[in-house]
Amino acid sequence: MDIFLQQLINGLVLGSVYALVALGYTMVYGILELINFAHGEITMMGAMVSLAVIGALALAAPGLPGVLVLGAGLAVAIPVCMALGLLIERVAYRPLRHAPRLAPLITAIGVSIILQNIAMLIWGKQYIPFPAILPQGRHEILGASISDTQIAILVLAVLIMMTLILVVQKTRLGRAMRATAQSRQVASLMGVDVNRVIASTFVIGSALAAVAGVMVSAYYGLAHYYMGFLLGLKAFSAAVLGGIGNLGGAMLGGLLLGLIESFGAGYIGDLTGGFLGSHYQDVFAFFVLIAVLVFRPSGLLGARVVERA
Amino acid sequence: MNALLTVSGVSKAFGGLQALSDISLQVHRGEIFGLIGPNGAGKTTLFNAFTGLYTIDRGEIRLNTTRLNGQKPHQVLQAGLARTFQNIRLFAEMTALENVLVGRHARTTSGVVGAVLRLPGTRHEEADSRERAHALLHRMGLAQHAHRLARNLSYGDQRRLEIARALATEPSLLALDEPAAGMNPNERAGLRELLLQLQADGLTLLLIEHDVKLVMGLCTRLAVLDYGVKIAEGTPDVVSRDPKVIAAYLGDEAL
Amino acid sequence: MSSVLKSRWFTFGLLALGLALLPFLVDAGLGRSWVRLLDLALLYVMLALGLNIVVGYAGLLDLGYVAFYALGAYVYAWLASPHFGLHLPFWAILPLGAALAGLFGVLLGAPTLRLRGDYLAIVTLGFGEIIRIFMNNLNAPVNLTNGPQGINLIDPVRLGSFSLSQPHELFGYTFTGVHLTYYLFLLLTLAVIFISMRLEDSRIGRAWVAIREDETAAAATGINTRNLKLLAFAMGATFGGLAGGLFASFQGFISPESFNLMESIMILCMIVLGGMGHIPGVIFGALLLTLLPEALRYTGDWQRNLFGQIYVDPADLRMLLFGMALVAVMLYRPAGMFPSTRRRREFADAKG
Repeated sequence: MDIFLQQLINGLVLGSVYALVALGYTMVYGILELINFAHGEITMMGAMVSLAVIGALALAAPGLPGVLVLGAGLAVAIPVCMALGLLIERVAYRPLRHAPRLAPLITAIGVSIILQNIAMLIWGKQYIPFPAILPQGRHEILGASISDTQIAILVLAVLIMMTLILVVQKTRLGRAMRATAQSRQVASLMGVDVNRVIASTFVIGSALAAVAGVMVSAYYGLAHYYMGFLLGLKAFSAAVLGGIGNLGGAMLGGLLLGLIESFGAGYIGDLTGGFLGSHYQDVFAFFVLIAVLVFRPSGLLGARVVERA
Repeated sequence: MNALLTVSGVSKAFGGLQALSDISLQVHRGEIFGLIGPNGAGKTTLFNAFTGLYTIDRGEIRLNTTRLNGQKPHQVLQAGLARTFQNIRLFAEMTALENVLVGRHARTTSGVVGAVLRLPGTRHEEADSRERAHALLHRMGLAQHAHRLARNLSYGDQRRLEIARALATEPSLLALDEPAAGMNPNERAGLRELLLQLQADGLTLLLIEHDVKLVMGLCTRLAVLDYGVKIAEGTPDVVSRDPKVIAAYLGDEAL
Repeated sequence: MSSVLKSRWFTFGLLALGLALLPFLVDAGLGRSWVRLLDLALLYVMLALGLNIVVGYAGLLDLGYVAFYALGAYVYAWLASPHFGLHLPFWAILPLGAALAGLFGVLLGAPTLRLRGDYLAIVTLGFGEIIRIFMNNLNAPVNLTNGPQGINLIDPVRLGSFSLSQPHELFGYTFTGVHLTYYLFLLLTLAVIFISMRLEDSRIGRAWVAIREDETAAAATGINTRNLKLLAFAMGATFGGLAGGLFASFQGFISPESFNLMESIMILCMIVLGGMGHIPGVIFGALLLTLLPEALRYTGDWQRNLFGQIYVDPADLRMLLFGMALVAVMLYRPAGMFPSTRRRREFADAKG
């Protein structure tokens, strides 16, 4: 029972981070039908930049409360990632909006290689530890334990997602985004500045990625220039699982993927009689992705589209 | 009856929308059969059902004795029904000649081994395909463009190239989806000439068209669709006098 | 007419002579390590031409291509190393590895057939990662891959007592292992080029390009898109498996490290930079990207001369430059640095 509950908690926390990153993929895909391959690297940049700030502050002013230091890290990382997202859209994707589909995907791969290597040149190849600035309290619930960091991640993720839903449903920008997702052409005829909407989408997605990057590094206690690749791939799988282009789907997909990974890693040993161990954790996301695409390409919440309309 | 294409009781719904209701019609060998109707009447849906792009809910479509419904597009073509598209769909980065050669695919058989070793059979097949392709390009007045990329051809040439590609598959029925769309009167006259020639060569043609004048002057018989229902079928004379047709379609254009 | 034919044969002869002498010229001019690099470059030409069938011709963006390369390499290692104590001859293992890779190409390709371009890319990427994770972890409970340590002491290519790992005296010259390997690889590379060229200009090649250009229209023109896509996967994977077996025998050692995603991306870069679907372009891209990193080492010397110390490890610059090149080529030369003559002629047409 306690193992079950423990995996549930771990899965939900991990899943909420996946959900935040998945939202970035799904928003861009919904509007541009483009897989922003570099999104995982933006998440990595968020983690790296905030860690740099946090590290510097922890050295310069050791007495500062941890939450304040973390806040400062976020306050720098978020705008940096937003600028990065804007820049990528402008330089690598916008000129190719009418090119064959493979072209922007290839530039996206190029951009993510560039970001990875820039990060490697700046911060080196080693793992960067997350400074112990946060309260390390743990709480016992029914035999399972949850840390302060985990609670903070869950609460923050839920708050951000609720805000995002409000923005998309209630604001002018949100309405413009939904219109653009329906039809870029019609939206622009109706006076929506499509370029601005697309740029805003990248900016919002990048901000979410920055927060998610900080969460991941706080959760695992480290960051690395290569961390964005696998995280991005998993988050993309989550977005596809939920139904790409669908905000609720990305959230649901993220949580589900977190749970699948957590339970999968916890029980795979028992299920295969010890043949496969928990180091296969990273495989689940890909199996989920492939299974969804093969059996239900529109995802859990996506509308079932006629195959060739 | 000398029916080539037999459609019986075909229905198709998209969600709650009944796109086709119980359509039955026959296309006879050697005729030019027109399929007309206002926008959204279900012409293209029926067309896509013939050619294997849509699966139908009920009914049956036969070409000669071969059942077409449930078949994949390439099987439909294999059976002898070739089509063109309303918004021309050529292989843009291939030359005109190569586009027509792709049309030979279904009527040729050489595989990887034959291609790599250039076995006598493959060489013979390839030479035959090229000869036929050049003849078709010549016939369509495209001979001088054989080695230009399809995307660089003029609009009218692209239309004719698409027809050439379809003819290369040696169809018994050629289905054209709005072939006159976007053509000027000159090109339209040329198209009309071409279709009549094809008919004279013994080909059966199925034509979806918006241009009522062209259809009326060209078709042996035609069927009119409205809201997914066939409201008339017969010779242009009979159809154009049908009050239901006048009300549904001709009423606002023929007047 | 006959003079044209003569000059063609003359060019051919010159080219053959040049290719035959190349390892000696390189050895004399740049050193033995560059001959080794030359061998590796030929291996990448094979890989790039294999992926070119999938990506360049059929338009299927496969980011997990390296999986087939790995499969070929592991099959070779299993059947010709102390790992299982098997030492089968290379002429039996190479075709077996290639055929198995081809079979896997079909197996992995089949579930992805309905997917559109960008989804396909992600799924194949997932396949590649799955295979890498298995390579890393299949050392227990049965030790198949020896995990991250990889498999060692793989047999070199050997015919009877004639081994490619030792120098041999022939016609009074001493041929070292890397020289002899060069000729073997050259022979196989030429075979792969020949097969690619013949396929491109055939019923099959045209059907692939038609699918790339417009899948719906291709199906409506009578092409069985499912079978032809599977054929493309199979052909590409076969070349990948072949190159993998050669790689294992050449290095004598393999580990999962050699088959990561970056390897797939690098092979993709070769195709994209050179010119997708254009054989000379792809060859050019493969040679460029194998030899360029070696040349980049000199930037270390420049840095030392200019600034008195090395700021950036040249090896780390490599991927950064690749990334930039990918973006730049897509933005400014989408047809590649070396587009096909047909396309160039078309561009000239458009201008004139």
